[in-house]
Order: sequence, then structure tokens, then C-alpha cells
Amino acid sequence: MKPFIICEHVDFGYENHDAVRNLDLELWPGDYLCVVGENGSGKSTLVKGLLGLLKPTGGRLFVSEELKKGGIGYLPQQTAAQRDFPATVYEVVLSGTLGRMGNRPFYSTAERRLAQKNLERLGILDLKDHCYRELSGGQQQRVLIARALCATDQLLLLDEPITGLDPAAIQDFYRLIRKLNRQYRIGILMVSHDIRNVIDQADRILHLRQTVLYNGPAAEYAGSQAARIFLGERENE
Amino acid sequence: MEMILEMLSYPFIVRALTGGMMVSLCAALLGVSLVLKRYSMIGDGLSHVSFGALSVALAAGWSPLKVSIPVVTLAAFFLLRITENSRVKSDAAIAMISASALAAGIIVTSLSTGMTTDVSSYMFGSILAMSREDVILSGVLSLIVLCLFVFCYNKLFAVTFDENFARAAGVRVEVYKVLIAVLTAVTIVLGMRMMGAMLISSLIIFPALTAMRVFKSFRGVVWCAGVLAGVCFFSGMVLSYGWSVPAGASIVLVNLAAYILFSLVDRAGSRPG
Repeated sequence: MKPFIICEHVDFGYENHDAVRNLDLELWPGDYLCVVGENGSGKSTLVKGLLGLLKPTGGRLFVSEELKKGGIGYLPQQTAAQRDFPATVYEVVLSGTLGRMGNRPFYSTAERRLAQKNLERLGILDLKDHCYRELSGGQQQRVLIARALCATDQLLLLDEPITGLDPAAIQDFYRLIRKLNRQYRIGILMVSHDIRNVIDQADRILHLRQTVLYNGPAAEYAGSQAARIFLGERENE
Repeated sequence: MEMILEMLSYPFIVRALTGGMMVSLCAALLGVSLVLKRYSMIGDGLSHVSFGALSVALAAGWSPLKVSIPVVTLAAFFLLRITENSRVKSDAAIAMISASALAAGIIVTSLSTGMTTDVSSYMFGSILAMSREDVILSGVLSLIVLCLFVFCYNKLFAVTFDENFARAAGVRVEVYKVLIAVLTAVTIVLGMRMMGAMLISSLIIFPALTAMRVFKSFRGVVWCAGVLAGVCFFSGMVLSYGWSVPAGASIVLVNLAAYILFSLVDRAGSRPG
């Protein structure tokens, strides 16, 4: 087994400013990694870099052949315009297969079947013909995860996934992600603010503040220097 | 019925009908994407820029279409860029640009010819404005827009619903955005002289908004907006002929009526029991 992604001293950034510096990271199949850090600590830049939307400005970024072929299932932050978008759940989920189509203009049976399978997998088959904008926040989240899984079942990249969810939906969401990770061996890379929950959920934590402050097992994070600064600051707020 | 047959016996009305139907179809389809991406005001901004360009062209004695299509396309690029990354908020930027373009147009006009009927017809529209050349151009335009919506439908959906996801899936989002901007610009220039600079943006906004009141799927909204645009345009023209009122204004009012009707249907449908 080979890692999906290896970063060796990688810098990501824009023209004259590196938002992420000197990042060393290995991501293996089935990993559950959570990236934490304050606003402006380079989390979003890292996401763009891993998706291949931003070239590294320094260091070496290695992406495995498997991952290049299958792609990453991306769950972007929701925008305000999306929340009242007139589209059925099925239309949204089906659009996840777009990366597999190349220049073919129409969906084939294989893609429709894949969408169907992921609707079932996330328990939202009965919502198939419902309108996306009429769903609750938690249900919308499930739809977007199903869409991401249509792109790949190797690695999910979740960008601030719990923004705007109510507490019950947040717990539900973490249970779902854990299930996908444990049961289907889907790698999870999550960017989050929600440090307290994440420590219990993820296997590994990566704490960013331009450079890496902590990169290791989630269980040992709470006792680390990085966590003390971060959690301490939160408490004083 | 007799009145409609009588209408169709005038070649200039037939030209206006065919050209106008095609332009409003394009406007409605592009409008679905623009409205959902919160770019509704771009249509308004572009129509004012187009007014400015036309008045300059008129004063200088150049061909109006050849001047305004490139200028408005350029403005469309610019407005999209502003929306993406700038310190001025996009709605403010559009308001600023459209007022400036309008002002430039008015000054050029008053210095050269004065407020002639041509200029006034650009403001409020005239069905006499559709020339043969315009009809042919609208035909080409609507063919391109239809091809885009048939063959790139799935990618357009992805770009409209979630740009970031589409980008990560390897869709060339920028290409589609530029394409939509250019097509919108051409649509507006072609439709403006008939509908009027003040009213053309309604062709973009109304059908999409009306369709969204009732339809729950993207496919449904696209179809409904296209059909509505055609129906409203035709009925507006008939009204305008029957009561001798300006075509642009009556088309807008028919669109408004359709919107109210659909809202009532939506209300009635969602009422419990």
C-alpha cells in the first residue's frame, strides 16, 4: 500500500505570499485527518493545493496514480446562493460524476447507477425527487456528500463541513463520516474550526499556522503545546 | 385571431416577432444561470453600457452593432471580474458603471445630434428597430445558446450550482463563465433596440424568477423559462399591436402578470390540505 499524497517541504501560496510554508504531510488510504487552525492560517490554501487548483511554489508534492485517476471527492463550503437553488437531489448527486465523463456531453447508465448507489448509501433515496432548497441543513449536507462520493470513493476532502448545522445535525454528521471511514475505508481529510469534537473523531490532527504546529495522533494532541495555545486562546475569548 | 393574422401581414412585425422570440429565448436561458449565480444586475448594467456605445456610434456615424457588440462584451468581462475579486462590492460597481455609461451616452448625444427619435427608441425600444441583419444575427445567437444548453447542460448545471466543485472535477469553469458573459452581451445588444435600454434586463430576469416559483428541478426551470419567454413575448406583442402601446413595456407587463400568476399557483400548491 502506498500513500495517496506525500508533501515534502511544500509551500503553497499566491504570487508573492506563501500562505502555507514548509509542509510535510503523508496521507494514507483510510486515514482520518483533520486540519485545524485559525482563520487565515492557510487551511483553504492547503485545500486548493491538494485539489490541484494551486501549484506548489516550493518543495515536492507527490500524488499517487490511483488518486490521480479516481480524483478527490470534494465537499466545498456551501454558498448562500446554493441554499435556495431549484434542483432535485438526484440532479445534484448525479453532477458528482461529472469528473468521470471527460468530454462526453450526456450521462450514461453507469453514472446513473452510481448516483443511485450513493443515494442509498447515505440513506437519502427517498429524497431523490425532492427539491434541494426544501431540505434541512443536515439533509443538504448528506446530498453533497453523496455527490462527492460519486466522484470517488477513495478520499473525501471536506472544507468546514459543519458551518450552519444545528448541534443535532453536527453529531449526526460526525457519525456518518466515521461510518464512511470505518465501514467503506474512505479516506477523510477535513478542515474544521470545531476543535473539541474533532479531537474525539479524527485519527490524526494537523494544526496549521502558516507552518505546521502539530502533526500527529489526535489522542496526543490535547496535551501538546500547540493545543494549549489554541484551546487557551479560545477559552479567553 | 383575426387581429393576429392582420399583424402577421406586416413584414416588419414578422421580423420583430421572429427576431424578438429568438432573443428572448436566449435571454431567458442565460438568465436562469445568471439569476441563480446572483448576477441578475449584470443585464441591467450591460444594457446601459450598450446605450452609451450606441449613442457614441450614432454620433460618429459608425455602424451601431459593430461598435456596441465589442464594447459590451468587454464590459461583460469586466463586470464578471469585478464580481469575483475587488474591493468595491459588485452591486455597487454595476450601478456605478451603468450610470457612467448612461451619462456618457447622454452627453455625447446632446453635443452632437440632440435627443433624436433614434436615441429615444434606444431608451424605450421600438419594434421598427429589427432589421433583416438583426434577425439573422439573432438566429445565429439562439443556435449557439441552444447548442450550449443541449450539449453542455450538465457542465452548466455544475458551474451554476457549485463553481468550486465543478472546478475540482476538472470543468473549465472560467471558459463557461466567459461564454455566458459574451452571449449575454450579444443578446442584450440585439434585444436592446427593440425592448429599450431601460427594459431589456427584464427578459433576462423575469422568466427565470417566474419558473423558479413553481418548478423544483433545474431541468424544469430551464424548460419553463424558455417556454415562458416565448409565450410572454408573443402575447406582449399582440397586446402592443391591439392597444397601440410600446412593445417593450407591454412585454414586461405580461412577464409581470405571469410572475404573479405563478406565485399564486405556488401559494395554492404549498397550502396545507
